Amino acid sequence: MARITLQDLRHSYAPDPKTEADWAIKRLSLDWDDGGAYALLGPSGCGKTTLLNVISGLIRPTEGRIFFDGRDVTDATPEQRNIAQVFQFPVIYDTMTVYDNLAFPLRNRGVAEAEVDRTVREIAQMLDLDRMLKKRAAGLTADGKQKISLGRGLVRSDVVVIMLDEPLTVIDPHLKWTLRSKLKELHYRVARTMIYVTHDQTEALTFADQVVVMKEGTVMQIGTPVDLFERPKHVFVGHFIGSPGMNVLPCRVENGQALLAGAPVATVNAAAYRGNGKRLELGVRPEFVRFAPTGIPVDLVKVADAGRFRIVEMRHAEGTIRLLVPDGAAIPGSRGHVQFDPTRTQVYEDGWLVG
Amino acid sequence: MNKTLNQKAWFFVLPVVALVAFNAVIPLMTVVNFSVQETFGDNVFFWAGVRWFEEVLRSERFHAALLRQLLYTGIILAIEIPLGLAIALAMPRRGPWVSVCLVFMALPLLIPWNVVGSMWNILALPDIGLLGRSLNAIGLEYNYTRQPFAAWFTMVLMDVWHWTSLVVLLCYAGLRSIPDAFYQAAKVDGARAWAVFRYIQLPKLRYVLTIAILLRLMDSFMIYTEVIVLTGGGPGNATTFLSIDLQKIALGQFDLGPAGAMSIIYFLIILFLSWMFYTLMMRNEDRS
Repeated sequence: MARITLQDLRHSYAPDPKTEADWAIKRLSLDWDDGGAYALLGPSGCGKTTLLNVISGLIRPTEGRIFFDGRDVTDATPEQRNIAQVFQFPVIYDTMTVYDNLAFPLRNRGVAEAEVDRTVREIAQMLDLDRMLKKRAAGLTADGKQKISLGRGLVRSDVVVIMLDEPLTVIDPHLKWTLRSKLKELHYRVARTMIYVTHDQTEALTFADQVVVMKEGTVMQIGTPVDLFERPKHVFVGHFIGSPGMNVLPCRVENGQALLAGAPVATVNAAAYRGNGKRLELGVRPEFVRFAPTGIPVDLVKVADAGRFRIVEMRHAEGTIRLLVPDGAAIPGSRGHVQFDPTRTQVYEDGWLVG
Repeated sequence: MNKTLNQKAWFFVLPVVALVAFNAVIPLMTVVNFSVQETFGDNVFFWAGVRWFEEVLRSERFHAALLRQLLYTGIILAIEIPLGLAIALAMPRRGPWVSVCLVFMALPLLIPWNVVGSMWNILALPDIGLLGRSLNAIGLEYNYTRQPFAAWFTMVLMDVWHWTSLVVLLCYAGLRSIPDAFYQAAKVDGARAWAVFRYIQLPKLRYVLTIAILLRLMDSFMIYTEVIVLTGGGPGNATTFLSIDLQKIALGQFDLGPAGAMSIIYFLIILFLSWMFYTLMMRNEDRS
């Protein structure tokens, strides 16, 4: 087990990177505590799998160093780093039984057979695989196979970190939930550092203590799920996390006061604005917008029923505003007014949070 | 509900039916026809029943040819399959050398069989051939037109040269289709090269190897052109395989009845071997 430190990491697949776009990972430094649950979240092609492979040692970064517990492992192989990895598609050894699959990493390392047997049975029980140990691994369903992949990481007591690269992609939707809670449970039981790569915000937010949101090779924000939801550092994070995403409206700031279409709006951070941004925007999540007798005038566009609540889409002079209305609550006619929660409304300068 | 009857589809099948009839069914039926009759020429036939079949099955000449055939097929399979697999494993997975290797591998397959026979015939000639002369020059007595062992050695060498490429190409394609994640997982699990081969590559190559073995089995069982050009079945009858023997009976002696019976037995042997092999290789399929 180890604390993971990435220092000024950069990686490019091009042999001779010139432009900013050549970098799959742009300069990145971070510190991860031992035993934590972390998620790398971002749209496809954002560099999250590259980052994962850099940490696991399958890719050597172009620049920067990686430390496990202060030990420089930049040039170490995956085996030397003692990591385990679960891939997007279940990787199992077809011809072996479930038992032999789980025993494989231990036997490769010359562990005594009695110890192998004890560990395999313990892990199999944790994963609910104990009743199919004698079965051929190829005969299992996708979720069973994925459990084997995970199990091969868990059997090794010396594993520093377990990496999961979109492990639920091929799992049936109704089993995803079960496997996700199983993962969380396992993380508590084995108390190992786990890094989970996904483009699914639900998976990331439910699994991780800390989420790294990436876009085009850049880390947009590192924070707890609550941080990401309540204080997105960039409008991208606001958009990407939450359903529907954050409302973003062009605004102006004068004398520490945000103005939306000329009308003042109370915000958290307008006072911190120093007046040098090219593009100013107001960000507020649909959860923190409500109907009011007075305030920002809007026209109703449409109402979408999302089960427990309804999503109301409205037109304002500066753009579209969405808000959430609990099921059963009244929605005003074609015209109305809304108000933003002042403690949850933030000003963004060129995309980034002001202050 | 009234079904619309439309028999037009038959017209579209007709060309294929005609083609298959002319190139497979009719010739085969002619052979069946010959195999149960006796003729003295002039298109006069007498019913002979299963007499030719009994004769062929009891004939020592047929037994000897079949034995030679089985031995030959066994030897070339035992060499070409492991060798082809080994070469495929040693070939680069990516980079500019991939195409170079592939072209080199494909070359022998592009050469017509009779040309292959002629090439090796000349190459192995003890007086002027590069191979034959070199072998004699280093003190080995080598003359494939006189020594049965030398003839077999040349035949096997020629077949290995000609057909190992096929196994290589099939195996290489199979290896390329294994996703990188498997190799990465093996690395993470600390598997050595042998374990990667035994537990990842070999299981994933099972279908490809089955096909390769089947193709080589059937093809080598029917080998004809190369042998005729290289040794003509000799010295003596040392390299008279089934196809050569059949040709001698059918066109040398013009014994149409026994030749017909032998053709059918020959065909059934290949069919049986292929079926048996395929069933053996695939018997675990239901379990996985």
